[in-house]
Amino acid sequence: MSPNLTALAYLAASVCFVLALRGLASPNSARRGNQFGIAGMAIAIGTTVVNPEIVSYGWILAALVLGGGIGTVIALRIHMTAMPQLVAAFHSLVGMAAVLVAAAAMTNPAAFGITGADGAIRMASAIEMALGVAIGAITFSGSVVAFAKLQGLVSGNPVVFPGQHLLNLVIGIGIVVATVLFAQSPDPTLFWGLTAAAFVIGLLLIIPIGGADMPVVISMLNSYSGWAAAGIGFTLGNSALIVTGALVGSSGAILSYIMVRAMNRSFVSVILGGFGGDATVTAARSDRPVKSGSAEDAAFLLENAGSVVIVPGYGLAVAQAQHVLAEMAEKLKAKGVRVRYAIHPVAGRMPGHMNVLLAEANVPYEDVLELEEINPDFANTDVAIVIGANDVTNPAARNDPTSPIFGMPVLDVDKANTVLFVKRSLSPGYAGIDNDLFYADGTMMLFADAKKMVQDIAKEL
Amino acid sequence: MEVDPLIWELSIFVLAIFVGYYVVWSVTPALHTPLMAITNAISSVIIVGALIAAGPEAASAAKVMGFAAMTLAAINIFGGFVVTQRMLQMFKKKQR
Repeated sequence: MSPNLTALAYLAASVCFVLALRGLASPNSARRGNQFGIAGMAIAIGTTVVNPEIVSYGWILAALVLGGGIGTVIALRIHMTAMPQLVAAFHSLVGMAAVLVAAAAMTNPAAFGITGADGAIRMASAIEMALGVAIGAITFSGSVVAFAKLQGLVSGNPVVFPGQHLLNLVIGIGIVVATVLFAQSPDPTLFWGLTAAAFVIGLLLIIPIGGADMPVVISMLNSYSGWAAAGIGFTLGNSALIVTGALVGSSGAILSYIMVRAMNRSFVSVILGGFGGDATVTAARSDRPVKSGSAEDAAFLLENAGSVVIVPGYGLAVAQAQHVLAEMAEKLKAKGVRVRYAIHPVAGRMPGHMNVLLAEANVPYEDVLELEEINPDFANTDVAIVIGANDVTNPAARNDPTSPIFGMPVLDVDKANTVLFVKRSLSPGYAGIDNDLFYADGTMMLFADAKKMVQDIAKEL
Repeated sequence: MEVDPLIWELSIFVLAIFVGYYVVWSVTPALHTPLMAITNAISSVIIVGALIAAGPEAASAAKVMGFAAMTLAAINIFGGFVVTQRMLQMFKKKQR
């Protein structure tokens, strides 16, 4: 293949990748989008394999079969509740692959065509390699920590120690200095030192971030994996890799922004960490009376309602109650009740997680509405039932300027006629604050495990 | 004087960021998890770099690293596309 033809094929692959993301604009076109993605990947790999420098196919085939087999088996077996861990693990692989490719280029620069007339690595290539390897290494070790936290291998509590930020700063400056020196004289020692420092800082950057902030972290690492790929793309002068890296990098950045905004946090405060551990902060709880009810009361209210909005939170997924919930909703629909679901952007452990969990439970996606779509409708809703969620319904975010969550976008369930809260106790949510809605006149608390309560309600219907 | 290829690459990169920005904002929030899975799969196009390292005849350190990188990227490519397909299958219109 002539170099021009190769470049055109990479362009075709890039176009396929853009169309793959574009397809996700609606569930109807999404599957076609995924096929575009597969086609783009096939074009990119096929074009590279016919490259005249590639003469030995044994190892290539072995790696494809081995990796492809492992990947397929994992993807078919993984539970949808474990998607955040899986995505974190996959990010770490992209990061490691970037490190390995950069390292291979370091030991055999001629094969990658990055040497100048004198046989040494060109300065531009050296900078690109240093950036690619550093971002790749940070993505790898950061994703490994995120995976361990999400999988429960280590505690989700933030790990903080004195001098942490200073240490990070010193290592960060070290990486920049090593990059500059490496650009001037591409010495392997500098390369390996730089790589090791990047592995360490990836670890240090993620350990202080608490479990509750993981949706932001996964999205950020998604972005990093893209920038790492782009860095390697510059080293190889490969347009498909540069375009894909840019697409993935901006996608992850947008998702991080959406998560940060939905959680009322700032990037700086998330990155500095030390917030949002698994152990809930004990807030000053008021002794105000609450109205509590039984499954029977709830069933009576629900079946006599004209319209019901269900607000699922992560507690629902933890209790594995999404299937019984869908059953309950179907029973209500059969009785002529209008049932819809309201999803807060941080309802799950990663962007869009709750939508997938509900889709898995066979909830029609037309019934699942986003915050902006459903909020104006709460005023005309008879019963809102909140299951396993708390802070995302707290009216203090709108009314109380002194509240730590003031300004956070919340679901306006307080505007519904009646609010049912399925909760184990009155304990506060991750923000560690009390929810006034628990004590409101129109609220009935249903104290129970989410799955048990939903099952009991469904039985009563 | 000819323009350095780096400048062309940079132009592609910057324009692709803009394309990504607009395309990703048009993705429906309901599909943000599949979006992450698919971006994961496509960023593994880094496998082309691994192919170059694993391609030469003679065994070398670079070739071993290329093999390892290819295996990791292949896990991601197959895993990412398959899990995306599985999720999107659930978002099919339900016949009632």
